[in-house]
Amino acid sequence: MQVSKEEILHIANLANLNIKEEEIEKYKTNLEEILNFANIVNNAPIDGLNETITANDSYNVFRKDEVKKFEDREALLQNAPEKERRMFKIPKVM
Amino acid sequence: MLNDYEVVIGLEVHAELSTKTKIFCSCPTTFGAEPNTQTCPVCMAMPGALPVLNEKVVEYAVKAGLATNCSISRNCKNDRKNYFYPDLPKAYQISQFDKPLCENGEIEIELENGEKKKIGITRIHIEEDAGKLNHDEFDGNCLVDLNRAGVPLIEIVSEPDLRSAKEAESYLRKIKSILEYIEVSDCKMQEGSLRADVNVSVRKKGAKEFGTRTEMKNMNSFRSIVRAIEYEAERQVQEIEKGNKISQETLRWDDVSGRTFSMRDKEDAQDYRYFPEPDLVAIRLSEEYIQNIKDNLPELPESRKERYLNEYKLSEKDARLLTASKYLSDLFEGALAICGNAKLVANWLLSDISRILNEKELEPDQIPFGEKELAKLIILIDNGTISSAIAKKVVEELFENPKDPEEIIKEKGWIQISDESAIKEVVLKVLANNEQSIIDYKAGKDRALGFLVGQAMKETKGKANPQMLNKMFLEELNK
Amino acid sequence: MDLTELTVHELQEKLKNKEINVSDITKAYISRIDEKEKDVQAFVTVLKEEALKKSEEVQAQFDNRENNALAGIPIGIKDNINTKGIRTTCSSKMLENFISPYNATVIEKINEENMITLGKLNMDEFAMGASTEYSYFKKTKNPWNLSRVPGGSSGGSAAAVAANMVPFALGSDTGGSIRQPAAFCGVVGLKPTYGLVSRYGLVAFASSLDQIGPITKDVKDCAILLNVIAGHDEKDTTSANIEKKDYTKALKNDVKGLKIGVPKEFLGEGINEEVKSRILEAIEEYKKLGAIVEECSLDIAKYALASYYIIACAEASSNLGRFDGIRYGYRSKNFNNIKELYKNSRSEGFGEEVKRRIILGTYVLSSGYYDAYYKKAQQVRTLVKQEFEKCFNKYDVILTPTSPTVAFEFGSKSNNPLEMYMADICTVSVNIAGVPAISIPCGVDSNGMPVGLQLIGNNFAEETILNAAYTFEQQFKFREKYKPEFKI
Repeated sequence: MQVSKEEILHIANLANLNIKEEEIEKYKTNLEEILNFANIVNNAPIDGLNETITANDSYNVFRKDEVKKFEDREALLQNAPEKERRMFKIPKVM
Repeated sequence: MLNDYEVVIGLEVHAELSTKTKIFCSCPTTFGAEPNTQTCPVCMAMPGALPVLNEKVVEYAVKAGLATNCSISRNCKNDRKNYFYPDLPKAYQISQFDKPLCENGEIEIELENGEKKKIGITRIHIEEDAGKLNHDEFDGNCLVDLNRAGVPLIEIVSEPDLRSAKEAESYLRKIKSILEYIEVSDCKMQEGSLRADVNVSVRKKGAKEFGTRTEMKNMNSFRSIVRAIEYEAERQVQEIEKGNKISQETLRWDDVSGRTFSMRDKEDAQDYRYFPEPDLVAIRLSEEYIQNIKDNLPELPESRKERYLNEYKLSEKDARLLTASKYLSDLFEGALAICGNAKLVANWLLSDISRILNEKELEPDQIPFGEKELAKLIILIDNGTISSAIAKKVVEELFENPKDPEEIIKEKGWIQISDESAIKEVVLKVLANNEQSIIDYKAGKDRALGFLVGQAMKETKGKANPQMLNKMFLEELNK
Repeated sequence: MDLTELTVHELQEKLKNKEINVSDITKAYISRIDEKEKDVQAFVTVLKEEALKKSEEVQAQFDNRENNALAGIPIGIKDNINTKGIRTTCSSKMLENFISPYNATVIEKINEENMITLGKLNMDEFAMGASTEYSYFKKTKNPWNLSRVPGGSSGGSAAAVAANMVPFALGSDTGGSIRQPAAFCGVVGLKPTYGLVSRYGLVAFASSLDQIGPITKDVKDCAILLNVIAGHDEKDTTSANIEKKDYTKALKNDVKGLKIGVPKEFLGEGINEEVKSRILEAIEEYKKLGAIVEECSLDIAKYALASYYIIACAEASSNLGRFDGIRYGYRSKNFNNIKELYKNSRSEGFGEEVKRRIILGTYVLSSGYYDAYYKKAQQVRTLVKQEFEKCFNKYDVILTPTSPTVAFEFGSKSNNPLEMYMADICTVSVNIAGVPAISIPCGVDSNGMPVGLQLIGNNFAEETILNAAYTFEQQFKFREKYKPEFKI
């Protein structure tokens, strides 16, 4: 399994992570090694098996459409790195 | 040149569902609250918080699916659509990818020439709305308000069956009307609770392949959708004629300049990495559940229209116009229930009231007065308290300052003069001042009568009862 | 008498007999923390003042009230479980100063019992690791030998229990993060059936695998703590709606006729010889106790491990997207636009292992690779479930080592991610299948390091494995034979 430098950079960009030039090789080797191992799944006898999404098979777990207000609204804002007029402040977005 | 080409349009309509609470938490969905007051750990994406699906969201989406002739999936699930944007606090939107709730529907729209056309609905799925970014005018920064984050949406995706801006408009009007009828969305475009992503491409007439499409996101007025499609189709044709290729991209429509602009860095090509949402369990709908919703579906515009034709003997056109908007149609039925005069209510709604809506670029749900005021107006006309000339003024006034029409006419002194002696006085005065008209009338010119009545109306500022004026002029002239 | 030597049920007995006060317990633990924390480094946050104050309040109530089983008993909480008003860091720079606005459901339950939170315990950053070396704050030491790791990711929880700095603790287990550190530290750790304990308020690593569970001194304490935290929660739709049980009633000290399967694949290649010997001795012990032990086959470990890393990383890459420097958490000082704000905050706020897993997870979900990895991994998951079902048609319990090795030296694996991942080989299948498993100590190796025995049960058969573990424990008496020595 080969992963190109461009792929690593593309994936890092999708995940919003910086990878320094000198780190690329390390990430590339790690990723290739792990992917090579993970490739075992392609040898597993899984033809025709369904996919399991969660470990249990329950379904139709719903909530009633009833308002319950969260009490401590201020606590929801207290960790904001920067805020103004009860809103989270960020740089300009296109 | 444009005539050699065909425009192909597909719409992705997003409608906020009118549930009391958000899709995955119990926060209220009321519009316009103070920033970040309708939030909790779930919709603010606090670490460790988990979603729980609102049962009404599933019900409303199934209703929408049934009303647009979709087949309803018995088995479906939620998926995560991963992308970073400051209005999306989890950095993924819980949506539905390969197993939407509803698929393969169609609705019928009416074309300008009166013909009918079927438009395919590819799918309807449920998802959550994003928050709102407010731009700070002073320092150019953005402020994030998450009150809207997690408000339930359905996305209705059409087939690329639309062939003109007008068709796109009537499709969207039809969708809006259906959603209003089944009461799953208030469809207030001005509040963003109904908006559309518009996909446009062009191809040479007769071509089999579709052209490359561009997408304009989050359009929220009929007028700008029509303008944007017209502009974009023409731009694409010009590009192609110049020998250029259309690139598949997202565009921004600017209403002020009337142009579209390219929006995204090419470098940031999206890859949403959809995968099944592990925090939510599967949705399985039984036949019984679906049948029950089907049985309780409210009356849709078509059947209401039929009823208007049969019960109230309205014309085909009037019935169609009235039922196009649930709001208008409800207003009609509400007023009718009070005053009992279907023809008159329909006439006033479709003439003067619709004209004012057009002039002011308002939607029927923005009519500032209700069924009681409208019914009162009709009663006042019906019993001769006001003339239709006065009634027109009352309607204008109702838009400015909505209140009981009776009070309006009292305040303004617009009560019709039906007193015989008062009318006689006016008639005699007008006759005395218009001898030529009397001569004309006697010479057989019937038009002279109309002139005299007009003069009398002018004299009374429109308040004289026109029937009585007519009658009395005739009596005097024929003496 | 040192109260911190006692198990929770022993403390309960003494409270009931009025031999001790509620506040004596908290005081004893706080002085033990003062004594040992400098060596062990198990805590991210110690709540001394708060704990003392609460213990006095509880004492006052306790004097005037019928015996409330767990009122006044201290507990330690892994630092990825949200505690309102208290720092919840996930041992990450990203959440170094994050004060949670809400309590996890398990914390609500602990508060309802009037238990006393002594502090928040160290872990691998965002629970990603098997040694607690990936904590941003500190390296927790193994109380048996301070030059060795305590295991992970719940290393702080296991070390604190082993060092008697808390009577018991909550951990979380995504691929072995409760059982493996419990094995390394010579204590008991249970990963409940997926859905038995609410995940609401547990900072998600891999949503479809994560479970909160107890880390305790003995099996009875494990049953006691499970009684508190198990139960349906409407805030977690994956939480199972099953009847509440009293797990202590399952401890019968009797395994006669219990059918135990020992999959040969879990005692083969890659398993340390001394570990293997202890496991074989344990098997003999079970036979003596009247259990029917048979070799069986469960040839899914490697598939399960591969699928585990695909699924866990894929879910993690999505779950950790919310750490964007906007609403909470670390924000870089260095940015000119929103993209830089995202990238720099995340790159500076996350440690290397977390970034590695986010990149792996993003990769396997990205366009063109989904079918080859994620989809296959989900199919493997079905296979693993089916194979377990087959085993449970024949056996009540499956017995394996908890880890292929005893606790290793610091730095010996942290530079080789794949080797670190292989340390999970015995535990991850259980998370992939969703079934419960308990790790109990079954002896020590020639260096005096504890060896862990894993007992796996069928879905919601916690009672069966608790009883099997309890019966062995009563016979083997590990706690009487061995004690951590804080060797340097």
